Amino acid sequence: MTSVSAPKMTFSRFLMYLFVIVVALLMFSPVVVVILGSIRTTGEFMSNPVALPKTGIKWENYTDILTKPEFWRSVGNSLRITLTTTFLVILAAAPLAAIFARVSFKGRSVLFNILSIGLLFPLVVAILPVFLQIRNLNLINSFWGVILPLVTFSLPGSTVILIGFFRAIPAELEDASYIDGCTTFGFFRHVLFPLARPAIAAIATLTVVNAWNEYFLSLVVLGDSKKWPLTLGIMQFQGQYGTEWARVMAYITLLIIPAVIFYLLAERYIVTGLTGGELKG
Amino acid sequence: MDETRMLTGTASRIQANTDKRRAQWNKTVLIVACLLPGFVLLTTFLLIPIAQAMYYSAYNWNGLGPLDNFVGLSNYRRAFSESVFRGAIKHSFIIMGLSLAIQLPLAMTLALILVRGQLRFQRFFRTIFFLPYVFSEIIAAYIWLYVYNPRGGLLNRFLEIFNPAYAGTAWLTDLDTVLVAIFVVLTWKFFGFHMLLYMAGLQNISREVEDSARVAGANEYQVLRFVTLPMMRDTIALTVFLSILGSFQQFIVVWILTGGGPAFRSELIVTYLYKFGIQRMQLGYGSALAVILFAMTLLFSIGYQRLVLHRTMAD
Repeated sequence: MTSVSAPKMTFSRFLMYLFVIVVALLMFSPVVVVILGSIRTTGEFMSNPVALPKTGIKWENYTDILTKPEFWRSVGNSLRITLTTTFLVILAAAPLAAIFARVSFKGRSVLFNILSIGLLFPLVVAILPVFLQIRNLNLINSFWGVILPLVTFSLPGSTVILIGFFRAIPAELEDASYIDGCTTFGFFRHVLFPLARPAIAAIATLTVVNAWNEYFLSLVVLGDSKKWPLTLGIMQFQGQYGTEWARVMAYITLLIIPAVIFYLLAERYIVTGLTGGELKG
Repeated sequence: MDETRMLTGTASRIQANTDKRRAQWNKTVLIVACLLPGFVLLTTFLLIPIAQAMYYSAYNWNGLGPLDNFVGLSNYRRAFSESVFRGAIKHSFIIMGLSLAIQLPLAMTLALILVRGQLRFQRFFRTIFFLPYVFSEIIAAYIWLYVYNPRGGLLNRFLEIFNPAYAGTAWLTDLDTVLVAIFVVLTWKFFGFHMLLYMAGLQNISREVEDSARVAGANEYQVLRFVTLPMMRDTIALTVFLSILGSFQQFIVVWILTGGGPAFRSELIVTYLYKFGIQRMQLGYGSALAVILFAMTLLFSIGYQRLVLHRTMAD
């Protein structure tokens, strides 16, 4: 039997490999070419996009960016926005999810529906109303004008992910903690939150990615270029050096590398968060 | 004697009552304390802005000075009579149709191959396919701005190998190719996310069911069509939902690649809203556009959840 089905299997497996490899090449070639372009001159790059540097690696493309104070200021701004947002999301989402997951109370479903509205409208859809509110609150040109809406719009998704994990923690543990004299808050603090650490790491990771990549709020809120995060920094840089492809490629590479490293380090949490802990390996 | 016992009984009952009341009070304090920070934020930056947008949408307002030019529903009428806005809605639907017809099947095919084909390096391929999802949309847009560059861009260089006539083709300024070119970027950026959800769904289906169908004489196509895909129903329904919503929420990729051009041919709802609402400070008109977008999203979501996902939002 195996001798009959084996050759056919091999052929279909060959086709599968072929398909996956072709898609992978198509997916990745733009990234590889950008990285190759970033270490050559624009002229070399335009005459042949896929080639190794012929006249030596052009580190100038990088050093020119890395010696600019504006670049480092943008790095600082991005870090500031990302870390504050992530910290506040954890601080607000964990208690919210704990209550929704473990305590029944009057008005629960009304409040949960309000939270769900946030799931439907990402920031990009609500940008104009949010912009008007930020103006009313005098937060134009302030980091808080970016951070607080970002926290708000990260809350619903993060809370829903956490609720799933909190619900999965068995009721016996809760009963046992009450017998030991814990209050509900004590149960949250000493049992629920520590046990859900992987889930909290997952929402933290997703928030980091989200906040680091944020551009739209910054675009409408932060008029002062000294406050721009990297996402706006590259728009400015591209505007200045649009024709010098090699330099723009270097800037892009500088933004890609941390994203790739972060992804490889946090892959488990990103995958857990996005798939509700269902995807293994 | 009896009296004392009765008194102690009452006292302990009173004690029990105060304990109960205190526990109730503690519980209320805990609920309020836990919900307050989140709901203050949700009220300030979600509910009030939505309500304000509805209010502002009835005025002509440039953002300066008082709201005194009441125009009723004319901002809404203006939106639906503007051919550029109608075009933006049409383009969003085209992106949506292409996503459902091409992006999701591609994601499913790759998920099936990776999970069921038992390929080696499964994790490596998954990482490659998923990575663009982690990149900022701005990075994705700039990478593809170069790929599509008519002179020396990667796409034309590649096509010139087969046919030199492709040299200089301007994909992003050609009225007929611009939307497809944008769709390709969106697929590159987002299909890995859908693939990841499908992979998770596939891992949850027991292979024994598929195997027993094979034993019963089903061929591979029948197993896929009548066993695997039906069992993936929930995951597929979710990705269709997210994909449709996503099609109406695109902004920056289009903004950087084309700015909505040429001749508004790649204008999407959000780029139109940004251009005509925020950039031109027509805040009343922009608010009406935001309300239209809200209403479309809300109606679609509720309808889809009731009809397809068979659940109410409270679940």
